[in-house]
Amino acid sequence: MLSVMRSVIRRDLTLAWRRRSDVLTTLLFFVIVASLFPLGVGAEPQLLRAIGPGVVWVAALLASMLALSRLFAADYADGTLEQMLLAATPLSVIVIAKVVAHWIAANLPLVLIAPLLGLQFGLPADALAVLALALALGTPSLSLIGAIGAALTLGLRGGGVLLALLVLPLYAPVLILGSLAVEATAAGLSAQPYLLLLAALSLAALSLAPWAVSASLRISYE
Amino acid sequence: MLEVSGLACTRGDRTLFRGVSFKLEAGGLLHVAGANGSGKTSLLRLLCGLGTPDAGEVRWRGGPIRVLREAYWREVVYMGHANALKDDLSATENLHVACMLAGRPTTAGAARAALAAFGLAACEHLPVRSLSQGQKRRSALARLSLSANAPLWVLDEPFSALDVDAVSHLEKLILAYIAGGGSVIFTTHQDATIAASVTQRVDLDALPEAGC
Repeated sequence: MLSVMRSVIRRDLTLAWRRRSDVLTTLLFFVIVASLFPLGVGAEPQLLRAIGPGVVWVAALLASMLALSRLFAADYADGTLEQMLLAATPLSVIVIAKVVAHWIAANLPLVLIAPLLGLQFGLPADALAVLALALALGTPSLSLIGAIGAALTLGLRGGGVLLALLVLPLYAPVLILGSLAVEATAAGLSAQPYLLLLAALSLAALSLAPWAVSASLRISYE
Repeated sequence: MLEVSGLACTRGDRTLFRGVSFKLEAGGLLHVAGANGSGKTSLLRLLCGLGTPDAGEVRWRGGPIRVLREAYWREVVYMGHANALKDDLSATENLHVACMLAGRPTTAGAARAALAAFGLAACEHLPVRSLSQGQKRRSALARLSLSANAPLWVLDEPFSALDVDAVSHLEKLILAYIAGGGSVIFTTHQDATIAASVTQRVDLDALPEAGC
């Protein structure tokens, strides 16, 4: 079972590496959206510092969602998903492997570059560290919840917009906790409770989402 | 081994087929015949457990496949219309992943031999994207050479896009597999010489209650 997970993760990461432009597009989207805000609201340091955490988190949310449609679409189109449904390993295990690979390819770059974007909002150094940590703890739940949406909208016309409508409201708790963690640090308070809650959300998503995704995938093949 | 009773499939308000029943024993070669749109692919998908039938049941070694799930899928090889190949991976990489998913991990040597048997020795490391339609089909079918220990093959139009050499190699492969006790269910529109060895036929056009 572990060897199947390893082989699926390796396969998806190889594919992501051979199609680096997709990963780069998501990353650039994140950078551009987060950079547009300082241009739009002006260079008032106080204001930028106040909106910084929220803006970076919203941009990360949108960038993470943008990559979701790729999660199952290619495997659906070329028939590989069919073989995964008929695999000797439970589908939920394969789903976890696919989401892990997707998180590494699409969300880890966001986590790594986020402190740099926080810098242009004048966030202090400890807040930047917490921003990266909060994203690292929170984005797995984005990928997992998003995978349910991606599986439900698989093969639908106009699935992209529907996916956003389905998934974005569910991202709200992660967004709130994530930006609160950064704001608390910037205000000199402890970010620990928010970080723990983010980690709890990700663990809850890990324990429930794979089964929901498998069920949705099977339904899309009925 | 495989027991199908009263299987029915509807698409919208159109009944594709109803009352499909047969029994397939080890070593059987079953040809599913029918015109375009008669539901051959739908029938094969139901036999694999992709989707639930509107009526009837598929049983494998006495147990319903809806309950057996992974235990059944470990024993079945399904080749659909789609080749299930990733364009950015090489034929070898694709073969490794496919065998891994099927629960039959393979070695580099066995994979190379399987591809060479289908005449792909020269292009085993090229990305599948750069192969022709027929070569893609062959690299997908190479999986069968490594699946001789799975008791059931379900092949949807396996001969499409293949040239004469590849067709005769695939026929030899299927006949050797049946001789070894495997069972095959397949569809084809081509006049394959394998027709002489078919032990059973299900004609979806000749069912008592078929029609639109």
